[in-house]
Amino acid sequence: MGVEGIGARVVRKEDKRFITGKGRYVDDIKLTGMTHAYFIRSPHAHAKVKKIDSSAALKMPGVVAVLTGQQLVDDKVGNLICGWAITSKDGSPMKMGAWPAMAPETVRFVGQAIAVVIAESKNLARDAAEAVVVDYEELPAVADMHAAIKPGAPQLHPEAPGNQVYDWVIGDEGAVNAAFSKAANVVKLDVTNNRLAPNAMEPRAAIADYDTAEEHFTLYTTSQNPHVARLVLSAFYNIAPEHKLRVIAPDVGGGFGSKIFIYPEEMVALWASKKVGRPVKWTGDRTEAFLTDAHGRDHITHAEMAFDANNKIIGLKVKTYANFGAYMSLFSSSVPTYLYATLLSGQYNIPAIHAEVIGVYTNTTPVDAYRGAGRPEASYLIERLMETAARQLNVDPAQLRRTNFITQFPHQTPVIMAYDTGDFNASLDAAMKAIDYAGFPARKAKAKADGKLRGIGVSCYIEACGIAPSKAVGSLGAGVGLWESAEVRVNPVGTIEILTGSHSHGQGHETTFCQLVAERLGVPISQVSIVHGDTDKVQFGMGTYGSRSAAVGLTAILKAMEKMESKAKKIAAHALEASEADIVIENGEFKVTGTDKAIALPMVALAAYTAHNLPDGMEPGLKESAFYDPTNFTFPAGAYICELEVDPGTGKTSFVNFVAADDFGRLINPMIVEGQVHGGLVQGIGQALLEHAIYDANGQPVTASFMDYAMPRADDVPSFNLSHTTTLCPGNPLGIKGCGEAGAIGASAAVINAITDAIGKNNLEMPATPDRVWRTIHAA
Amino acid sequence: MYQTTYHRASSVDEAASLFAKGSESKFLAGGQTLLPVMKQRLAGPSDVIDLGRIKELQGVELSGDTLTIKAATTYYDIMTNADVKQAIPAIAYLTSVLGDPAVRYRGTIGGSIANNDPAADFPAALLALGATVKTNKRSIAADDFFQGLFTTALEDGEIITAVSFPVPAKAGYEKMRHPASRFALTGVFVAQAKSGEVRVAATGASQTGVMRVGAIEAALKANWSPSAIDSVSISANGLLADIHGTAEYRANLIKVMAQRAVAAAR
Ligand SMILES: Cc1cc2nc3c(=O)[nH]c(=O)nc-3n(C[C@H](O)[C@H](O)[C@H](O)COP(=O)(O)OP(=O)(O)OC[C@H]3O[C@@H](n4cnc5c(N)ncnc54)[C@H](O)[C@@H]3O)c2cc1C
Repeated sequence: MGVEGIGARVVRKEDKRFITGKGRYVDDIKLTGMTHAYFIRSPHAHAKVKKIDSSAALKMPGVVAVLTGQQLVDDKVGNLICGWAITSKDGSPMKMGAWPAMAPETVRFVGQAIAVVIAESKNLARDAAEAVVVDYEELPAVADMHAAIKPGAPQLHPEAPGNQVYDWVIGDEGAVNAAFSKAANVVKLDVTNNRLAPNAMEPRAAIADYDTAEEHFTLYTTSQNPHVARLVLSAFYNIAPEHKLRVIAPDVGGGFGSKIFIYPEEMVALWASKKVGRPVKWTGDRTEAFLTDAHGRDHITHAEMAFDANNKIIGLKVKTYANFGAYMSLFSSSVPTYLYATLLSGQYNIPAIHAEVIGVYTNTTPVDAYRGAGRPEASYLIERLMETAARQLNVDPAQLRRTNFITQFPHQTPVIMAYDTGDFNASLDAAMKAIDYAGFPARKAKAKADGKLRGIGVSCYIEACGIAPSKAVGSLGAGVGLWESAEVRVNPVGTIEILTGSHSHGQGHETTFCQLVAERLGVPISQVSIVHGDTDKVQFGMGTYGSRSAAVGLTAILKAMEKMESKAKKIAAHALEASEADIVIENGEFKVTGTDKAIALPMVALAAYTAHNLPDGMEPGLKESAFYDPTNFTFPAGAYICELEVDPGTGKTSFVNFVAADDFGRLINPMIVEGQVHGGLVQGIGQALLEHAIYDANGQPVTASFMDYAMPRADDVPSFNLSHTTTLCPGNPLGIKGCGEAGAIGASAAVINAITDAIGKNNLEMPATPDRVWRTIHAA
Repeated sequence: MYQTTYHRASSVDEAASLFAKGSESKFLAGGQTLLPVMKQRLAGPSDVIDLGRIKELQGVELSGDTLTIKAATTYYDIMTNADVKQAIPAIAYLTSVLGDPAVRYRGTIGGSIANNDPAADFPAALLALGATVKTNKRSIAADDFFQGLFTTALEDGEIITAVSFPVPAKAGYEKMRHPASRFALTGVFVAQAKSGEVRVAATGASQTGVMRVGAIEAALKANWSPSAIDSVSISANGLLADIHGTAEYRANLIKVMAQRAVAAAR
């Protein structure tokens, strides 16, 4: 590895602009003649919109227009779509309720937009919004999933009787029943996976700019996948054809999944920009983020695991209710199905698995992918079950896991996934050593003498990343392919531009992607720049989510690099009068191996562009592109162990140690990987201890600000102790598995397993707030 | 934020007369409550009169057995003040666990008690120490000052100028932080006056705001020690209940925080 090559802890190139305030986010962009949008949102969880009177508002200073949902209908703007078709066990398609970008008739969650005011400033728009009189007829609402599926519950959509989105199954029920009938022990568990609000630091924002002469739209937006945004906006919403729509996602301040989706506000901004003939800007505030950014998780699950007399798992059955909120968001249908139930085998040999997932509509904010997306729910369930089983079977929880670990690869699980490689014992060994697992009983005894309840909790997670082989996801209902594209441009002076369809919104691509180039060509990363986030610049791309940018996006770059290098070698060989096979690339030079003959990269590039002396028949230029479609998912896995103390007087949890031993395959930049793991762990711990998006029985959000919604802060989390064990991913040439979601997937079970160990009671829901822990300790 | 007119007062008298001129005036100190409320359009004062630069409202004085903190002194200045640390270290500690550094640099003792949030920290200190609130019109005993949620004895336009605390023999504060807001989920301030009187105040716990806790006062009067509180029973009736803490939990916290405050008292 070179000093800036693969494996080097290179300082992030992008940080100079971020930490000096020079980042360029959507809200930083100001266009000439720009107007500002302010949305009028429903204060009711369920209501009919009887009348919208904007006559007074239209007379207010600076008001350009007040637009309503009915006008969207009149202009034939399409309803929002869900891009993954799921079929119920009875063969019927999922039941999708219509979701117009502004409701013309019925609102189904607090915060749903019904109209928008366009004015000369945001404040004027807001003033005018207060003058719009909306007449609602309130309808009964339901926020709780169990209440929503009861007979007689308020119904959200005529398309979905009983508020059911689908009733989907996976696995062999007969085989599972047979396993349970001969089980020596059965372990049962009910768990709730709490609803989370994603809360990226930068709220969502959009600026739409319609050019009347060219009939062309430009949309600046906070997106993790600008090409997908363009595709969806043009293919389904009837606002702009694809070649007349440029989508730019400039610096984006975090996404965590919530910025994958195409939301009503971007659609309305685009449409409104044409209507008013001026650029329209919308920047959400934190309250709007709580009300309208797609939430995450929100499952209620009953699971049973069957063991034989040797403590080997012989069967697993799972029944999950998944809350969709009021509408099906873009990828919502896939999250509790193919991103969840396909991971229910965990790290274990489980010969028979059956899962049933019932999707439920409620009068709450729509739910979709949030960091980990389905996999945290699966991992939490399995790892809580393993801990529960260890307690019930009276065996050491680490040993019970080892008894059941998959050790032969490839391994076909009964739920679609075929794990390619891994070494689960190695990760667990590393984590147990790092935390001194053997010494725990003595530490627990000492803590007890000090009046503290000490616990230790293990979580061995696995996830499916590198999303995803297009053919495979297509066969499962996905509406898109999940390959990635790249272009490598060597400029005539030898500097290099990489155009990628991946999108960086915190991941550090501007550094790691350059490291691949540095590794292969031996040039400093300062000579390489990464271009992303603009559909007019980058050929195409599927964007960044599902820990895919290194495994898929970087592999696409590698493929383009290989093509470029092959051509450059031909040019070098021609110039050096050597055989192409003898050319090696080192330190930015093309050398004839075993000689001192060499030509520097800039000279090769210049030769390519002057084209004065190229091999016969060769096209000028040095620019190559590639599309890469992965052959399988990747399977990052690891072992997390958490040691903590509970204060019996207050129920408050304090961390003693948190160790994470991950197997991500090859690491490009270990420092950036550690940052990703830290962030993920904090989100997992946040889910375990603090975060919960709550609605009251009438669908009113109780946690729509940071005064009530508890985000983890630096002093809520320990200093993490990280390590890596490595099995290279055989599915891609770089051996990369991906690291973006692991922490959020594995951490919460480790925390809850540790708290329940500390307090000696197994049943404890997330978030384990001090109040909840204290009540559990003192419950009869 | 609605349109408003900002005034920077240079004296208490000027502030009072500016206040009287506006149709719906509000004083501004650290702005840590008022500004967020204005930004959310939950308040729309016609005139905002900034007290933050008034010299006579700044600083701390220790004279004999009385510690006086002027109303517009920030939490940070209180926390780092040598007289505060020496005379009533529990107040320095209280400010160190109040909010976050940004809030401590801006927020003021006057703003805190004028606002009288039921989960604010300072009201507990005033009540337990038997402090006196000085205004531009009168002196008000802490027992009379706090009158329920966000309600005080202040009249419209009345300006808090300072708070005087009798230096106690011992005092301590312990707070269970609200997981989201970091206000007091429940905080208890215990004080033993030089006369031997014991006063205990709890914040964040009661539906009616900061309150004295008579049962704990009686127990500590008989025996100033954490274990004296073991047998006290606190009723959950009338206590706050929300997603972060049931009434029973808060009742427990009153006891546990009081015990820890006694153990920490200096
Ligand atoms: C993120 C955050 C965390 C916080 N955490 C805590 C916490 O843990 N504990 C806690 O106790 N508080 C907390 N607060 C609130 C904080 O203490 C505020 O500073 C305090 O409530 C108000 O003080 P201020 O000086 O900012 O007053 P302002 O916001 O300026 O004013 C508040 C009110 O008091 C009035 N007022 C101000 N000064 C005077 C005066 N001299 N005479 C008469 N009326 C006056 C104003 O007119 C206004 O109505 C927090 C606030 C924030 C934003």
